[in-house]
Amino acid sequence: MISGSLIVGVSFVYLGLLFGIAYWADGRAQQGRSVIAHPTVYALSLAVYCTAWTFYGSVGRAAEDGLGFLPIYLGPTLIALLWSSLLLKMVRISKSERITSIADFIGSRYGKSHVLSGVVTVIAVIGVLPYIALQLKAIAWSFSILNAYPDLRMPDQQSVPLWHDTAFVVALLLAAFTILFGTRHLDASERHEGMVAAIAFDSIVKLVAFMAVGLFVILGFLGIGGGPPLPSLADNPHLASLLKPLFEPGIASLQRWIAISVLAGLAMMVLPRQFQVAVVEISDERHLRRAIWLFPLYLLLINLCVIPIAMAGLITFQDGQVDADTFVLTLPIAFSQPWLALLVFIGGLSAATGMVIVETIALSTMVSNDLILPALTRRWRRRPPMASLSGLLINIRRGAIVVILLLGYLYYRLAGEAYALIGIGLISFVAVAQFAPALIGGLYWRGGTREGALAGLLAGFLVWIYTLLLPSFARSGWLPPAFMESGPDGLDFLAPLALFGLSGWDEITHGLFWSLTANIGAFLLVSSLRAPDAIEIARARVFVDALRQHRPTGALLWRGSAEVVELIELAERILGVSRARAAFARYARARGVALPVNIPADAETVHFAETLLSGAIGSASARVMVASVTEEESLGLDEVLDILNEASQIRAYSHQLEQKSIALEAATNELRAANARLQELDQLKDDFVSSVTHELRTPLASIRAFSEILFDDPRLQLDQRRHFLGILVSETERLSRLVNQVLDLAKLESGHADWRSEAVELQEVIEQAFAATGHLIEERGIAVVRELHPQPAVVWGDRDRLIQVLVNLLSNGVKYAPANQGRLRVELFPVETNWRVCIADNGPGIPADELDLVFEKFHQSAVDGAKPAGTGLGLHICRQIIHNLGGRIWAENLAPAGASVCFELPAHSTDPITPK
Amino acid sequence: MRKRVLIVDDEPNIVIAVEFLMQRAGHEVRTARDGETGLAAARSYRPDLIVLDVMMPKLDGYAVLAAIRADPLLDGTRILMLTAKGREAEQKKGLALGADAYLPKPFPTGDLIEKARELLDRSD
Repeated sequence: MISGSLIVGVSFVYLGLLFGIAYWADGRAQQGRSVIAHPTVYALSLAVYCTAWTFYGSVGRAAEDGLGFLPIYLGPTLIALLWSSLLLKMVRISKSERITSIADFIGSRYGKSHVLSGVVTVIAVIGVLPYIALQLKAIAWSFSILNAYPDLRMPDQQSVPLWHDTAFVVALLLAAFTILFGTRHLDASERHEGMVAAIAFDSIVKLVAFMAVGLFVILGFLGIGGGPPLPSLADNPHLASLLKPLFEPGIASLQRWIAISVLAGLAMMVLPRQFQVAVVEISDERHLRRAIWLFPLYLLLINLCVIPIAMAGLITFQDGQVDADTFVLTLPIAFSQPWLALLVFIGGLSAATGMVIVETIALSTMVSNDLILPALTRRWRRRPPMASLSGLLINIRRGAIVVILLLGYLYYRLAGEAYALIGIGLISFVAVAQFAPALIGGLYWRGGTREGALAGLLAGFLVWIYTLLLPSFARSGWLPPAFMESGPDGLDFLAPLALFGLSGWDEITHGLFWSLTANIGAFLLVSSLRAPDAIEIARARVFVDALRQHRPTGALLWRGSAEVVELIELAERILGVSRARAAFARYARARGVALPVNIPADAETVHFAETLLSGAIGSASARVMVASVTEEESLGLDEVLDILNEASQIRAYSHQLEQKSIALEAATNELRAANARLQELDQLKDDFVSSVTHELRTPLASIRAFSEILFDDPRLQLDQRRHFLGILVSETERLSRLVNQVLDLAKLESGHADWRSEAVELQEVIEQAFAATGHLIEERGIAVVRELHPQPAVVWGDRDRLIQVLVNLLSNGVKYAPANQGRLRVELFPVETNWRVCIADNGPGIPADELDLVFEKFHQSAVDGAKPAGTGLGLHICRQIIHNLGGRIWAENLAPAGASVCFELPAHSTDPITPK
Repeated sequence: MRKRVLIVDDEPNIVIAVEFLMQRAGHEVRTARDGETGLAAARSYRPDLIVLDVMMPKLDGYAVLAAIRADPLLDGTRILMLTAKGREAEQKKGLALGADAYLPKPFPTGDLIEKARELLDRSD
């Protein structure tokens, strides 16, 4: 059913599909309708992190130590939390400086140093080559396992001739693909849209294939489909011991979890292929926002089924004849699922191809720009190069791709089954993690120097070789094993696996710890030997302040003489005539001149040319090439600092202005609000004055009228005279009462009233209020009923103020109750923890819509359509007093007639109130 | 000549005072304690002069004034407004709505008598 030709055919169809997608995406990009300008595509392309090592290897790791596979994915998930600062910074810098690779990035940070980026390139190639070999091996192995279907056979190290070796054919195919889609343009800082679309597609395929196996296994556990059933562990102690690590995951070794999480997180940032997809290929920095959650989600999904698949593998292959790394593929074969097995093979193929393609493009750019070009430019100084360099440069890069893939293949052939290949994933990670101190330190610390970064990288790398690479060779039998235990010349404290006596840690944790310690130590120590020079200060500024500054200061720091024509000629030689002319024409328009030859030959133009070339040949080479056609005056440190200070002063000044204007705006808003509030208060005050004036004029009008009548008319009859004099007296009383109440109110509202705090018994207050209003009550012939609770009703308050409230309420009741048939009922009783007093009359009641209004200033309810004699302030003052004493007051209507005004005050008594 | 005067005010003592003054001047007087009854009284009693307060319950003086001026049957009725609202704006508002004269409270009794006489003379 499954034959070699079918597998080869399907593989070719799949690779053809990738070609098709890449070709289509490149075509769309040329029409300006990019398919990769989408945050989801960006997040999927980041998943190139998951290689064949993940696809096959996580299950192998899980079968060995349970959850031990997780930190490799936990680290990137955690580091994703920092992307909005760390990665955003890297993206901004790379876009503005046209940075093409991690080597270029680190070299550029420390003064566009050739040496530094060269060292980074060498480390990257040495560190990553075995990792590429691992991918080739995965493809070859999975092919050979699937080819044996329906037999289950672990492949041997092949000794087939070259042309029959799957891995070799695959390497050549991948080289062809990479050349086609990785080197279409010379400008490596331009995006490879086709490649990104293809690896995003790869990411979907590998996820689907992996989850399909997971589903098959889980359904099998549940008794559905043809998957392995879940056996009872009780009667199978062998199986139980096999599965033990899965069921007792435990954090066996905390430092290992931490170390591997840190390692994987760093690798996520500094692996050449991750830098390529995350920084160089990003089309819009806003895509980061979705990637921050979508990429961790992808990792979660691809890890979801690892444990079930590992369990199923251990259950099915209890004899241990089948390598756990192949469970994903061998399980479908064991359960006769040829199509699922084929899907898994394609998934593994997609994981491997995605990694190899991106890694090779990244490495080839680094090799050509940071190793080969510097050598060539040195030669060109003696002998002028040919007229056009662009063809040569592209071919260098293509050559580098083929060489890297062949080296990867060679490593696979040599190391083969040796530990040096199998254990290489994490060892590779530790090698590239050496970039982290120079990279992250360079993004946040201004004090790093070229020598410091170089020293750190070299120290870390050497320790890596000693503690990780050499032991892996020793395990492969290429070095005597004793070397690992005792160190060179029997110096035990130099033993590679227990450096300086640090034992008990596993190899990776140990190697990571010592290599990073040496790296960071050397970086800090050597950097501290001298202060950063002019160029380093300027570069630190571009990198550390990347999120703050809007315009790079690179152009500020160049002084010298240049010929624009020479710059254009240089660009034409490197980029090709048409691309160079187009770029200079665009720049001329931006500078406001018609022709490129009219561009002023100033620092900004030189900077433009240098940045333009950086995209093609890296920043360090670009600097050398531009310097070859211009005459730069070297700037002293003082001059550089002056220029930078000026720039930073201007920036600081504009920042201050910005702050000031924000503060001013805030102050204006506050003032506006305060003014509105004042106007409101003013309006309230006006209304009050107007009301008081009105209330004063009314009695005054009566007083004046009657005084004049009495004065003008001496012949008035005695009883009329007496009547008028009576009116005069009562209006005068009303006037003085009004004046007193207005003053009282002013005092209450201003908060300056003197309040006595004392225990007051409400029964006493009520009696005193009756005493004060007795004559009024008698006059109007009103019957009074008192229903007072026998227990002393003690509240905390001001006795005089409370009497004032009660007098007011009693007078109101008397006023509104009908004369002669009037009834007044005063009640005092406890309600929960309060004392309530109610004064009810049998008057006309209060219109329902005025029950709340009666407590407002100058509001009076008419009695039978006529105005009552009162100031309209009494109830308002009562409310002020009751509120001040922590109580509440309200009015309600009674059936069949009358109104009741009640207030409640908190009881002041330690004794509980007993109901009546 | 004996004329008919209607006093509309919610302040009982003002009503008493104005009533006394108008009677002393030889006029026939009726009183009302709010706007609504005042307007009804104006329609039934057809006074020559109405002494009208502004701030009253139910219907205020301006509304009464507007209703009277909109009623052709009460065409020749003179209206003297009394108000405790002393502002110029209030005075203008009353005159704009068609009041014939305006006195702020408190008012000199002589002024009231003088204005009333003037208005009643004109109504002939």
